[in-house]
Amino acid sequence: MVSIEQYGEFDTSWCPGCGNFPLLKGMKEALVDLGLQPHEILVSSGIGQAAKTPHYMKCNMFNGLHGRSLPVAQGMKMANPEMPVICESGDGCSYGEGGNHFLAAIRRNMDITLLVHNNQIYGLTKGQGSPTTTRGQVTKTQPDGVPSEAFNPVAVAISMKASFVARAFTGETDHLASMIKAGMEHKGFALIDIMQPCVSFNKVNTFGWYKEHSYILEDHDPSDWIAAMKLADEFPDKIPLGVLYTNDKEPYPTSEVLAKKRYDKEELKKVLQSYA
Amino acid sequence: MSEANMNVVIGGEAGQGLATVGQLLAKAVTRAGYHMLVNQDYMSRIRGGHNFFSIRFGSTSVDSHTEDIDILVALTAETVELHADELTDNGIIIAGDDIDTGDHKALKIPFKELAPKQLFYNVVALGVLGASVCVDPSILEKLLKERFEKKGEDIVKSNLEVLHKSYEWAKSQEVDFTCLELPESQGKTKLMMHGNEAIAMGALAAGCNFVSFYPMTPSTSVATTMITKGRHLGMKYEQVEDEIAAMNIAIGASFAGAKAMVTTSGGGFALMTEGISLAGVSETPVVTIVVQRPGPATGLATRTEQADLNLVLYAGHGEFPRAIFAPGTVEECFYLTHRAFDLAEQYQTPMFVLSDQYLADSYRDVEMFDIDTLPEVAEPMLETDADPYLRYELTEDGVSPRLIPGFSNQLVRADSHEHAENSSMTEDPDNRVRQNSKRLVKGCGIWQDVIGPDYYGEDNPDVLLMCWGSSVGACLEAADTYEGKKVSVLHFKQVYPLREEQFMDYLESAGEVVAVEGNATGQFAKLVAQETGFRVGSYVLRFDGRPLSPQYVLKGLKSII
Repeated sequence: MVSIEQYGEFDTSWCPGCGNFPLLKGMKEALVDLGLQPHEILVSSGIGQAAKTPHYMKCNMFNGLHGRSLPVAQGMKMANPEMPVICESGDGCSYGEGGNHFLAAIRRNMDITLLVHNNQIYGLTKGQGSPTTTRGQVTKTQPDGVPSEAFNPVAVAISMKASFVARAFTGETDHLASMIKAGMEHKGFALIDIMQPCVSFNKVNTFGWYKEHSYILEDHDPSDWIAAMKLADEFPDKIPLGVLYTNDKEPYPTSEVLAKKRYDKEELKKVLQSYA
Repeated sequence: MSEANMNVVIGGEAGQGLATVGQLLAKAVTRAGYHMLVNQDYMSRIRGGHNFFSIRFGSTSVDSHTEDIDILVALTAETVELHADELTDNGIIIAGDDIDTGDHKALKIPFKELAPKQLFYNVVALGVLGASVCVDPSILEKLLKERFEKKGEDIVKSNLEVLHKSYEWAKSQEVDFTCLELPESQGKTKLMMHGNEAIAMGALAAGCNFVSFYPMTPSTSVATTMITKGRHLGMKYEQVEDEIAAMNIAIGASFAGAKAMVTTSGGGFALMTEGISLAGVSETPVVTIVVQRPGPATGLATRTEQADLNLVLYAGHGEFPRAIFAPGTVEECFYLTHRAFDLAEQYQTPMFVLSDQYLADSYRDVEMFDIDTLPEVAEPMLETDADPYLRYELTEDGVSPRLIPGFSNQLVRADSHEHAENSSMTEDPDNRVRQNSKRLVKGCGIWQDVIGPDYYGEDNPDVLLMCWGSSVGACLEAADTYEGKKVSVLHFKQVYPLREEQFMDYLESAGEVVAVEGNATGQFAKLVAQETGFRVGSYVLRFDGRPLSPQYVLKGLKSII
C-alpha cells in the first residue's frame, strides 16, 4: 500500500490560494491511486512556479531549464522505458519557450504525461502575458493589451491527433486527480492542460471566473475527433473539463533499460571489422 | 611525384559519382597495404558545381593531403582548367576522350568503347585508375563483388567484365606509370575510416548507447555512423526538432542512465549552449561532438575551419569545468572520444570533442583498434548504501557519487537552480559558494588527467610550429621539408585545460614559435597566452575554408622567416 504521507510535506514558495496547492494534492492522490511509490516515478520540470512542484514532493526529479522539460522527460523515457515519466510545467514553459518541443512530443507519442499548470499569465516573473493570456488583456509588459491571439493548447493537440488530450481545473480536485490518473494509465503522450488561478498576477481569469466558465463533460465520446475540436473551440466562453480526445495509436517504440545496456565485445569487433 | 607517395585527384560535378570511385580506389590501396589519406572538397549542393576527392597514398606514413597532383582524373573540362596547374612534372591527366586536356600528358579513356552504358563509367574509371597505380586486379574484383553482391550475380558479372576490359585497356596504353613499393610491415588488419566514423566507433567502444542530434554538415556522418553501426547493438537514437532538444534529451537520458552523446557543428552548437550550462550545474555527463565548418552563421557549409574553439571553450553561462579534445588523426578521433566518455562520467560535467570538416571526411588507413586493451570507462551507481542519498554531497575532489534513479529505494534529484547537497533549492550565500566551488574543484581532477601535447622533431629548433587538431599533418610535412632551418612541431590534441609544465620548455627553447591554425585570429595561441603568459612570435593562419596544407604552411613560413 502506498500512502499520501510517503510523498512528504514541504514548505513552498507559492502564494496563499495558489492553484498549485490543489494541483500538487491531486497529483499525489493520483500517484497513490496508481500504487506508485516516490522512487518508482521520474518527474521532469522546467522553470516557473509550476516547475517547482517536484521540489515539494518526494520523487526522482530533474528540474531543468525553462521550456526544456519535455526534451528531458523524453530522454528519461528513452533511457528507462520501464518507469512512468511525468513532465510538469506551466503555460510559458510548455507553450512558449518550449513550443517546438510540445509539437515534437505530440508527434513522437512517447508514453509520458505532461501536466501543464495553465494560469494564463507568467507568475514567477510577476505578471507578464503568457502564450495563453487572452488577447487584449492588460499586463505590466502589455500595457496596451496583449496584441496576439491566445494559444489554444488543447485545440492544437487535438488537431495533431495527440493520443490523449484532457482538461482539468484546480477547483475540481477529485476530477483533476482522476484526469492525471487516466493520463498516466494511457499508453502514449498524454496532455493534461490544468486551468488554475494565479491569485497575484491574473485578475481576469480568477478562481471565480474558471468556476463560472468550466463544466465537467458528460456523454462525450473522446474518440470523436470532430466533437473534440468543437469542445476545444468553446474556450474561453466555456471550458469543458474531462478527456476531450483520445486514440490508441502506437506509442514511440521502447527498448531496453539503457543503464544496464552493455555491448557484446565480439559484436563491436565485427562492427570494426566491417571497415577492413 | 614523390618517391614515397602518389596523389590522385578525381574532380567533377556533384552527382557524377566521383566520391564512389574515390572511396573504392582508397579502399583498394588500403587493402593493397599502402598508407593512405583522403581529402574531400565538395560544394553545398547535390548536383553540379565542382567537387574533388584526393587520395594520397604511399609506402610510408601519409600525414597530410598535398596540393601537388600526380594523377588528375577529370570527369569534367572544368577539372582540367582548375587543377592542371597543380600537376607535377611527371603528372598525367586521365579523362574521357571527349574532354580537352590541352598540351598536358593525358590518358584519354574511350568510355563508350569500354562500357555498354553510362551506368558503368565509374567502374571504367576504377579499372583504369587501378591499373594506373598498379593495384592488383583481384583487390578491385573483390571490392566490386562486395559492393554489388546484393544486386545479384548478373550485375556483379557485368561490372567485373567492364572492370577487366578497362584494366587491360589501361595496361595496354603507352603510358609510363610508376608503381609504388608496398610498405614492409603488413601484419595487422587495416581499416579505412574517416574522422567522423572513428568518433562514432570510439563512442560505441566507450559504451555510448544514446545519441540525439539535428542534421548539420559536416557533423551528420557521426550520427549516421552511430545509427547504421550501433542500432543493431541496441543503441538508441533520435533525430530531434532542434539542437536545444538534442542537448536536453541527451541530458534527460544521461540522468536516467544512458551514456549519451550529441553531435553538431557550430551553428547547432550555439543552440546547445544553454543545455551545456544545465549539464554543468546538474552535474550530468554528456559528450558533445562539434565538427567545425567556417562561420559566422551559415558561412561555408561544406568546408573546413578551426574557428569554434572559443565558442566551445566559453559555451554556457556560469562557471563549471570541462575538457576539450581536438583530435589530429583518425586514430585520435577514436581514442579521444572514448576518453571523453570516461571523463564525462568521472567528473559528471560536459566533455567536448572538437573536430572539423577536413578530418571528418578524411578517410585514412588505420590499424585495427584493440578494444580489449582500452581502459574501462567510469560507471555511475545503480544502488547505494547511503541513506539518505545526497546527489550533491560535498566531497574533497568535488565528485559526488552519481546514482541512477529507479534501481533502488533512494531518490535521485537533480536541479538547475543552485541547490543544497540534498538538491533542494536554496539561495544561502555560503551554500552557493560551497556548491559552486565543489563543481569547480572537479576541474583539478580534470587538470591532473590532461594529455600533454606531442612534440615532433629535434630539441631547440630554430622554429617551432604550434598547432592543434587536424592541422598537425600539414605542420609535420612542412617541418620535414623546410630547408635550411631546424623546424619542429608541437601538437595539442587536448586544447583545454592546459598544463603549462607539459610544454613550456618546448616553447621557451625554440628560436621562434609560430602558431599554425585554421582560423583568422589565432584562437589557440591566444588561449596559450592567457593560460601561460607566453606569446607566439608569429602566425600562419588559414581561413579560406580550405584545410591547411604543407604548401600553405611552407609559404607562410617563408614570408615570416
